[in-house]
Amino acid sequence: MTAFSTWDIVSNLLLAARWTVLLSLLAFVVGGVVGLVVLYARIARKAWLRRAAGLYIELFQGTPLLMQLFLIFFGLPLMGLDVSPWAAAFVSLTLWSSAFLAEIWRGCVESIPKGQWEASSSLAMSFVEQLRYVILPQSMRIAVPPTVGFSVQVVKGTALTSIIGFVELSKAATIITNATFEPFTVYGFAALIYFALCWPLSKSSQILERKLNVAHHHH
Amino acid sequence: MAYSFDFSSLADYAPVLVKGVAITVELIGVGGALGVTLGIACAWAKTQGPRWLRPLVEAYVELIRNTPFLIQLFFIFFGLPAIGVGLTEMQAAILAMVINLGAYACEIIRAGIEATPKGQFEAGASLAMSRLQTFRHVVLVPALQKIWPALSSQIVIVMFGSAVCSQISVEELTFAANFIQSRTFRAFEAYIVATVLYLALAVLVRQVMRGIGALVFPRRSVAR
Repeated sequence: MTAFSTWDIVSNLLLAARWTVLLSLLAFVVGGVVGLVVLYARIARKAWLRRAAGLYIELFQGTPLLMQLFLIFFGLPLMGLDVSPWAAAFVSLTLWSSAFLAEIWRGCVESIPKGQWEASSSLAMSFVEQLRYVILPQSMRIAVPPTVGFSVQVVKGTALTSIIGFVELSKAATIITNATFEPFTVYGFAALIYFALCWPLSKSSQILERKLNVAHHHH
Repeated sequence: MAYSFDFSSLADYAPVLVKGVAITVELIGVGGALGVTLGIACAWAKTQGPRWLRPLVEAYVELIRNTPFLIQLFFIFFGLPAIGVGLTEMQAAILAMVINLGAYACEIIRAGIEATPKGQFEAGASLAMSRLQTFRHVVLVPALQKIWPALSSQIVIVMFGSAVCSQISVEELTFAANFIQSRTFRAFEAYIVATVLYLALAVLVRQVMRGIGALVFPRRSVAR
């Protein structure tokens, strides 16, 4: 039997944390792209599009992420699609992120005064042009702090993918615990690594929000 | 390839699902009540409490809000026995939920307290109330009323998080779904049913919170 030093534990956890970071980044970025599409549908002029996007958001926000993971991981193979834990983790986190991001951004878009829509429409801009040149540039400023804040939820969400067998930080912690019988140390360090990933994001979200509020007061 | 749904094979397992729902309700009922209480205590400590206590509460809130619930749960259930604190699955699950919700509730309630006009504190003091009395009677209730919807949402989020407790063999709703799918191989159906039940539970939690809100918060009198 090999003996594990504390350094072995930490270095192995850090190696596994790369997968946590990679999965978080991919889910956040691709989720953002899908989220933009959902946002577009959510504020579209066609009522059925708005309703469909609303239902999509409701579905992902209104059910546990773990259930979504299980449904994709266990459900899709039954329909003849072969999904690896990695694919299931990526797909479900991406869809989940897209729903939350779309809803966050909808709030930001709706906080833009109606006059801006009316003014741009009176300049004969199309809906897409209005979004592209008038609404999105303004709402993007407001959207930054909550979007950064949500990235923390994505990082924490990746921990659930360990349950379907994707080896990231949490799964590695369980594997190492089973080998070392030192759950206190291992889960303690795992928590610290998550904290080191998330806390800077949380803090920058707070700082950005404060900055933005200050800017608001000057106007 | 077409997949034909078959929910009928789940019928035999209805009692398992009922038990799962009951335990999830127990988790969120006990965890929710204690978690909100802890949140109120921490919000008090952060806004009114002794100075030495504030950084401690701050550290607790930041640590919990920036780590996954799964790791918190595993640390409590697997890690604490190593230092002599053994807990049953249920105790560990409830403790983890209380600690988790406490941190989020603290931030939400603190926001409500900070939105209370300073004049309220001064009015309380001018009525010869102690600081604690002012907090309890003048500040806390309106603050809670303001943030009640946000707090309700957080409790629903924590309930969704409780699905993870299946991983330490707490026999809640997700555990029931796992059990059923391992017996029937009807994974899709089992998880769809569980998901629908979670949806229903979320509605129930919101309704209960609305009910409590209606009981606790006095209607605003219109006398001016």
